[in-house]
Amino acid sequence: MDYFLTEEQQMIQELAAQITKEKIRPVRAELDESEAFPWEIMKVLAQSDLFGLYIPEAYGGMGGGILENCLAIEQLAQGCIGIATTFAASGLGAYPILLFANEAQKQAYLPDIASGKRLAAFGVTESGAGSDVSGIQTTAVRDGDYYILNGTKQWITNGGEAEIYSVLAITDRSKGPRGASFFIVEKGDPGFSFGKKEKKLGIRASATRELVFQDCRVRKDRLIAKEGMGFIVAMKTFDKSRPGIGALGVGLAQGALDISVEYARKRVQFGKPIISFQAIQHKLANMATKTEASRALIYCIARHMDANDAPDASKVAAMCKVFAGDTAMEVATEAVQVLGGYGYMQDYPVEKMMRDAKILQIYEGTNEIQRNIIGQELNKEYSRLKETFF
Amino acid sequence: MHIAVCIKQVPDTKNVRIDPDTHTLVRQGVESIINPFDLFAVEAALKIKDETQATITVLTMGPPQADEALRDALSRGVDDAVLLSDRAFAGSDTWATSTTLAAAVRKMGDVDVVLCGKQAVDGDTAQVGPEMATFLDMPYATFVKKIEVLDGSALKISRQTDEGVEIWKLPTPCLLTVIKEVGEPRLPSLRHKMRAKKATIPVWGVADLGLAPENVGLSGSFTQVVRVFSPPRRTDRVLIQGPIEEQVEQLFRHLKESKVPGL
Amino acid sequence: MKAIVDRQKCTVCGVCTDVCPFGAISLKETFIEISDECTLCGMCVDTCEFGALSLPEVGTGPAEDLASYKGVWVFAEWREGTIHQVSYELLSAGRKLADKRGVKLSAVLLGHRLDQSIQEELVSYGADVVYVVDHPELAHFRDEAYSKAVVELIRQKKPEILLAGATSMGRSFIPRVAALVKTGLTADCTELDISEEGLMLQTRPAFGGNIMATIVCPNRRPQMATVRPKVMRPEKMKDHQGRVERMALPEECFKSRVEVLQVIPEQDQTAKLTEADIIVSGGRGLRKSENFSIIEELAQLIKGAVGASRGAVEEGWIAPSHQVGQTGRTVAPTLYMAVGIAGAIQHVVGMQGSKVIVAVNKDPQAPIFDVATYGVVADLFEFMPAFIRKIKQERGESS
Repeated sequence: MDYFLTEEQQMIQELAAQITKEKIRPVRAELDESEAFPWEIMKVLAQSDLFGLYIPEAYGGMGGGILENCLAIEQLAQGCIGIATTFAASGLGAYPILLFANEAQKQAYLPDIASGKRLAAFGVTESGAGSDVSGIQTTAVRDGDYYILNGTKQWITNGGEAEIYSVLAITDRSKGPRGASFFIVEKGDPGFSFGKKEKKLGIRASATRELVFQDCRVRKDRLIAKEGMGFIVAMKTFDKSRPGIGALGVGLAQGALDISVEYARKRVQFGKPIISFQAIQHKLANMATKTEASRALIYCIARHMDANDAPDASKVAAMCKVFAGDTAMEVATEAVQVLGGYGYMQDYPVEKMMRDAKILQIYEGTNEIQRNIIGQELNKEYSRLKETFF
Repeated sequence: MHIAVCIKQVPDTKNVRIDPDTHTLVRQGVESIINPFDLFAVEAALKIKDETQATITVLTMGPPQADEALRDALSRGVDDAVLLSDRAFAGSDTWATSTTLAAAVRKMGDVDVVLCGKQAVDGDTAQVGPEMATFLDMPYATFVKKIEVLDGSALKISRQTDEGVEIWKLPTPCLLTVIKEVGEPRLPSLRHKMRAKKATIPVWGVADLGLAPENVGLSGSFTQVVRVFSPPRRTDRVLIQGPIEEQVEQLFRHLKESKVPGL
Repeated sequence: MKAIVDRQKCTVCGVCTDVCPFGAISLKETFIEISDECTLCGMCVDTCEFGALSLPEVGTGPAEDLASYKGVWVFAEWREGTIHQVSYELLSAGRKLADKRGVKLSAVLLGHRLDQSIQEELVSYGADVVYVVDHPELAHFRDEAYSKAVVELIRQKKPEILLAGATSMGRSFIPRVAALVKTGLTADCTELDISEEGLMLQTRPAFGGNIMATIVCPNRRPQMATVRPKVMRPEKMKDHQGRVERMALPEECFKSRVEVLQVIPEQDQTAKLTEADIIVSGGRGLRKSENFSIIEELAQLIKGAVGASRGAVEEGWIAPSHQVGQTGRTVAPTLYMAVGIAGAIQHVVGMQGSKVIVAVNKDPQAPIFDVATYGVVADLFEFMPAFIRKIKQERGESS
């Protein structure tokens, strides 16, 4: 498929694919087993300039946009979405700074994130605040030139490994949704510590921990934008990052499809390669069609969002996540079926892909929440229309 | 410090196969890669550059397509590249290759260190480095696994021999051939890749190097291939299958009969 | 320059077009055409049944007085008071070449405080003359001093053939000798012979052992080759007589710009792969680090060295000095046992010269079986302990 990518975009794909082939594929099974954090690969990614794809050149980045970032994420995800998630989560942590921080804050943090010198992370979820973000309990209280943070964030990707955290806390509970604010917290800040590393079904190469704030004092210049902007910052960040989750799905689906077709061509039963059986052909056809549809959707929406200040960003970003995430789960499950008993064994990577894929329907807003967003946005959009259709 | 790295484009021997009917090498469709040992030389140069602000020029002698290998090296962070390409170079043996590469290094003028891979995986001669050093009148060390820049004018190196490790001190300019232990080759970076794509790579021919056509290529070579053939295939292959105990007995008996030592 | 077609002989059969690795030969209606893609590799020349293809002549350079060069020389590799086994192998191979040519065989011995017995030993393997250069500057190997000394000897004595072992020493300084005396050199030969015209036929593997090439050096002298250790058979000649000639060379020959700071002998005896007569190697099939002890146990039992595939080294199960293959060592022991090694081409090129190869692998399709003399299709975790038991048991009974 020719997606009319520029020379530079093709180079990003090529480079990320090379990293996947040479560095990720050989170690993915081992990292899945050991749950070790992929520092070696993070170093390779840092040196490759890929961490800075979506960051402007003024802050040491490559000056690209969502599409460029998605192209890299997709290729890395073909190897392992545990590793690709670690990479993408640094972007998620960086977006609040990139979109809303002041110049001094951008200068202080973005160059290190762009060069991969420091990893970032995004801290919103809490035990009582998952899909319902308004349930957060972490507080930030102003004390002279400082804010004092208290509370616990849960299931934070890159927690403990990242050095820069964008954290959502309540600054004024009385204002409800308008009483939350984003802060930059650094690893090593007084009163900031980490909980245990979670054991997970999949994406086991990624690190997931609690962030614990106990009278954590940060200077007031760590506040992003203004007090009360927290939910807007979070929403706009998700608009930028959700196509990337879609890209993780496309990559995973493609990786599972590649293995399935190769296997089906080689595996002989009843005297023939199983790809000659229609039951397998139809499976592969569906897998390939949905994978390509996800890719087309994501590239198209990423381009649209990069080119315009898209008023429909929330809707279309949610579409990326929901469609590609569901596709990845389906394709990975079918891949295991195509490989049969072999697929269920750890000798082939598809069982890992199936375990990994599930997270795509859960994190960064469950796919149910994505559908809510799309539904609400449709309602808003049509309410503005003067035209009727029947 | 100016480092010249000599590389060679070779067929990816991982994919080379033998035609079962003709017993000849099938190279069609086989990708060309940078000789793996030469990638270690590129990495060794980049490591020196990481620490000392060196500039690195990579050179190769080959057909116009060898340009790809040079751009690959540029995409990994090498500063400049030169392609030595001329019909007159065809058929070079190691003597003629070394003569040509040495002339290019001489033309570059200010080279402090020449780095080469231990050997090329297609020819496996390991001769071009030492011969080049001789033509350039440089001291050299082969099978180098570690390089330390002492100051502007000397290197301390460790070399791996069959008997162990030797630590040498060499004055610059000098030539080193390196092995795997110098470091895993780094991958390209996007910035370098973009620069590599656009770079203009000068092409030097016989005339540019000030060489006489009779001293390069086949006419400048002293050795000549008179016959190429497939190695005789093992006809004595025995496959041992069956229950473990029987397999043990069989192998033991075979080894005893072949009078291998140790049993 | 490209391959030459004799259109009188060519039958336009098309065989050459298929073998050309560079797609340089195209079939026209009544003739074949060779394009500029031709690299003069010579593949087509050998394939043509009709002798219609040839390569242009190699350069002659300034005319050499070839006839004034006489005799076969073998470089005797001396280190730490002993002679490398390959030197005896080469004396035996050189003896045959010298007899065919009807000339003398000489050994060249460089070093310091050289023992009389060493010279006698060289004679007993067939040397008619042993040229000895004994100098403090030759105590440690350095390319410059060693090459200058050999070059000076060549200039004085003019041998027609010079052989050296393709060891780390030989492959390091012999190219410099060749460059200084302006002659051709063939690396890592596995077969030597004399042609009808009296030229040395030097046969060596190329492309990772996938093809063999026979090479000559028609117009320069000496004809030089390094020879792979453990390929030629050393044969002692009991009553052979020879003489020793001590050579004094100008001091200039011993100057070197390289300073040897330290020599650290390999401590791990099991890592001395290139000298080993038996090697037991392990690969990824061992699954984890602890299982490497199976390899070590057998190696110790049969007094072999321990080898490893690249995979096993990359997993960190064993030090890189044990690696056999393209990026590791090339070995040719009498017995090579590949255990749990699939046999990727990169590994095979490093060990296919071994005399007897045993492969233990549970996958009957593993490419290692293509090169194995004895292929054992079995789970190594079952087979190896049983095999080790068998050896112990046999020894118990016989002792």
